[in-house]
Amino acid sequence: MKKLASTLPNMLMSLGAITIAAGALLGGMYSLTKDPIERQAAEQQQAAIAEVAPKFDNDPEQMKWETTIDGNPFTVYPAYMDGKLAGAAVRGVSMNGFAGEIVVMCGFEADGTVKDYRVLQQAETPGLGTKMETWFRDPTGARSVIGKNPQTTDFHVTKDPGGAIDGITAATISSRAFLETMRNAFEAYRNYESQNAGK
Amino acid sequence: MKNYWKIFYNGIIPGNPVFVLLLGMCATLGTTSSAYNGLMMGVATAAVLICSNVVISLIKNLVPDKVRIPAFIVVIASFVTVLQLVVNAWLPALNASLGIFIPLIVVNCILLGRAEAFASKNGIFASLLDGLGCGVGFTFALILLGATREIWAPERFSAPQSFLKITACFSSCSPPGLS
Repeated sequence: MKKLASTLPNMLMSLGAITIAAGALLGGMYSLTKDPIERQAAEQQQAAIAEVAPKFDNDPEQMKWETTIDGNPFTVYPAYMDGKLAGAAVRGVSMNGFAGEIVVMCGFEADGTVKDYRVLQQAETPGLGTKMETWFRDPTGARSVIGKNPQTTDFHVTKDPGGAIDGITAATISSRAFLETMRNAFEAYRNYESQNAGK
Repeated sequence: MKNYWKIFYNGIIPGNPVFVLLLGMCATLGTTSSAYNGLMMGVATAAVLICSNVVISLIKNLVPDKVRIPAFIVVIASFVTVLQLVVNAWLPALNASLGIFIPLIVVNCILLGRAEAFASKNGIFASLLDGLGCGVGFTFALILLGATREIWAPERFSAPQSFLKITACFSSCSPPGLS
């Protein structure tokens, strides 16, 4: 077979056919992998709840409570032990990161002290903002948020007035977005607590 | 038969993508923090390379010369996206360790290089063998580098950090006016 000549109709036809075929392939693959990917995400979320929340004997996912803070959706997964509120895992979102959404699962004790956190999703700069998963649990200086209570500690980077948490070097925007998620998650937890007090 | 063996063998030693052609250095340095990561990255790249080589060889006569590069890139990018979906769906651990380097396979020079230099000029079976050979060669090189780095500097030599250290070193060592 002779090679097609580089005329405009030939080029259009050839590129068009290739992109249509590629699109069809990707569409097919997408629908094929959609369910497993969602299942993976759900499993990851379940694991994250169990890791960050205090010990519980209820099903936090069944009792989840949704709210909106600053226009972002927050979900509280309350952890009960012996019928008493022991704390919660809060799935928080921030749109103020350096690139795209930041989704963090924040764990709180009953009084709001940060127990642990997991970054579920982020697209920050590799090597800088992506350090957030380890940075904010590092005991060096004032980096760690673990064991601190947003009520008594100001969850802002030290660059900002009043801030008491060391931001990631060269990734202040990512650090601010992370801490914002933490503060809002704390607020979501407080709101849940006050609404469900005495229950 | 001997000819086919030569095509396959060429990618492993005489034309090794990493050690001889020095292609795909970004992925090579980024993912060889351990031998396991190197192996996985090599297998992922090889899978895309074999598929893209075969398809490009198949459509080589339907693609006019002037638009061959965008056509090849569309083919390569499609396979990389398929790979990423598969990894996301069934191999989440791999996704966590390779992360950004999977979508970056699109811009790996080895793929476009083999498409341009081999698959667009040769038959399907030869292109398959070439992709297989280069894939094996690439994987072999990554495992070797990953193992070396793991033995010499376990955990300490994570790619982005070391890159920062190297740039910091260069900018502080270079005489004023040069940097």
